Amino acid sequence: MANLAQAIRLALHYAEENLGVTDIFGEDVGAPLGGVFTATQGLKTAWNTPLDERGIIGMALGIAYAGGKPVAEIQFCDYIYNCIDLLKLCGNVTWSSAGEYHVPMVLMTPVGSGIHGSMYHSHSFESIATHIQGWKIVMPSNPKDAYGLLLSAIAEPNPVLFLAPKALMRQKGAELIPGEPADERTLHNLIDAPLGDRSDWQPNWPPVEDYRVPIGEAKIARAGTALTVVTYGRMLPVSVTAAETLAKEGVEVEVIDLRTIYPFDLPMVKASVEKTGRLLVINEDTEVTNFGEHIIRKVMDEAFYSLEVKPELLAGLDVPGVGLAWGYEQNSVPQQDDVLAAMRRLANERA
Amino acid sequence: MTATPWKAPKLDAKLKIAIHDKMVLSRATEEMLIRMMRTGHGYFWIGGPGEEGFNVPLGLLTKKGHGPDYDYLHLHYRSSATILAMGSEPIDMLRQMRSTATDPYSKGRNFVNHFAIKPWNVVPVTPTIETQYATVIGTAHMQRRHGGDGLSYVTGGDAGSAEGDFWTCMNWSTRPDHELPVLILLTQNQFGISTPSSQTQNNRHLNERANGFGIRNACVDGNDPIASFHAIVEAMEYVRHERKPYCLQANVSRLYGHSSSSGANRYDEPDCIAPYEQRLIRENLMTQAEIQAVWDKHNAQLAEDLQKVIAEPMPGKEHVLQHVWHEGPAGN
Repeated sequence: MANLAQAIRLALHYAEENLGVTDIFGEDVGAPLGGVFTATQGLKTAWNTPLDERGIIGMALGIAYAGGKPVAEIQFCDYIYNCIDLLKLCGNVTWSSAGEYHVPMVLMTPVGSGIHGSMYHSHSFESIATHIQGWKIVMPSNPKDAYGLLLSAIAEPNPVLFLAPKALMRQKGAELIPGEPADERTLHNLIDAPLGDRSDWQPNWPPVEDYRVPIGEAKIARAGTALTVVTYGRMLPVSVTAAETLAKEGVEVEVIDLRTIYPFDLPMVKASVEKTGRLLVINEDTEVTNFGEHIIRKVMDEAFYSLEVKPELLAGLDVPGVGLAWGYEQNSVPQQDDVLAAMRRLANERA
Repeated sequence: MTATPWKAPKLDAKLKIAIHDKMVLSRATEEMLIRMMRTGHGYFWIGGPGEEGFNVPLGLLTKKGHGPDYDYLHLHYRSSATILAMGSEPIDMLRQMRSTATDPYSKGRNFVNHFAIKPWNVVPVTPTIETQYATVIGTAHMQRRHGGDGLSYVTGGDAGSAEGDFWTCMNWSTRPDHELPVLILLTQNQFGISTPSSQTQNNRHLNERANGFGIRNACVDGNDPIASFHAIVEAMEYVRHERKPYCLQANVSRLYGHSSSSGANRYDEPDCIAPYEQRLIRENLMTQAEIQAVWDKHNAQLAEDLQKVIAEPMPGKEHVLQHVWHEGPAGN
């Protein structure tokens, strides 16, 4: 099974060949490294840029203006903050020009904690991103969804922010990507660059096929009736693990993998809450003006009378960063025990 | 099919008279926009009166069309004379000034002089005054790959050149073996809103900053349309054929201040039109009466245009959600 970084690479390769991608670029994105997580290794349109995030996004927007199809990368979302006005511009071009121009571009960036990344390699970005209008925002939790979401993002005529949960980059999937070799060693030998000198290396791409995860479509990762958990990215497998633990206690939790953060799949969330009467939103971002608050507000608007207990948000503490020492991350970002405790309490709370 | 190669037109009597016509049209249009602001037919004015001597030749020398064979324009909000020289209709600027639903550039959403014209590769103008220096490298990158003689030009002011994107533009357009066909234009009007350049920059020409990147550069008197024409031709010929960047500074006037926020009153600065008219008279190309007729013609048309625009519909609730998303196929 491909891991998440390999899935991104396979999707980009497919898109180079079939979806008109003209440029994949960012700092360290091209040879020899192919991305700090190797997600762009061996791609024929990948190239290295100056260490200049504003230039990277400006380049992407210019390529889109000129009829190209760019996939740009900001190496870590923590380094995107000096580009907020360019992100705003990308998102408002279609509206401000009354439809004269549009912006078919994809911006990829790794997000979240879980790799001992300290202050500038651990932050989340989705809550801020959802306040920059005109963008669609996706975040996969597994390799097959990463493949399908990225192909949908590349085919989308509007700007799409592809948030990659960095802690899951080496996680293998449970399902094969269409066309992926069944044996992961075979896949490794085909598409992973060797260590050391790789100047003569070329990937041998497997015949991966078209597979799309529609933007705006969530997935029920685990069905249940006692509680609805809405989550995405790194918190998805954590939530599923907790739900499996609770199942042994006779509590069946429904876990929804949002996959698209904006525009999110409100109908699926609403239907689930109408079934369970309970809602817990889980993510890693800091808790103040967290996107989970918006999800809860929409549920309050549309399914208030289905709620049996008050909805809750489990998110990161509102502190300026994720500290390097484990004691900081462990106590500021939701961990497995925190997720299990919150789910158990909410599922069992007296209505 | 590729476009016909660009060739600079001969600066003959006919073209000199055409330059004058467009300069007057631009000035008359900007002065109409200011009157509209003062008489309640618009909320805010910002524009480029005083830059006609440089911007009209620029517009006339632009390789106009859609796609990488043609020039991409990354303009700022003092570029009205460039757009009018290319053949845009002044009434559309009046529409944007009044924020009508018929405004073709933004449907009443953006300030006046914020254009977006895809058939001419005019990408949306923003008030950031710096982001255009970042986006220009993207269209130029596509043109470098495409070939031909199309270039991307970017205009900004002396204040905007302090922003980091100006340096981004020079750095990315001079990457080894990846030089870009970018014409970097700096219109130096000596002010950033109210702050004089003398307080924010050293006293060297801004274009000399390009020396650090090995970019060929020059400075021209932007109040002289003939000198500007020749300087732009030289710059464009270099960029089109060498496929490398060029930085051209034009010293211009800002005749009505930064915007209506500072009153939009006339300032005592050199006016590029009056000496050019004297030149045309000296060269026996026009008479005073003919010059006056040009002003009268444009002012009369603008007055007529205003009456039409005043009667046009304004945006309403039904417009708000239009164009949040592009619903058609991808690709500009």
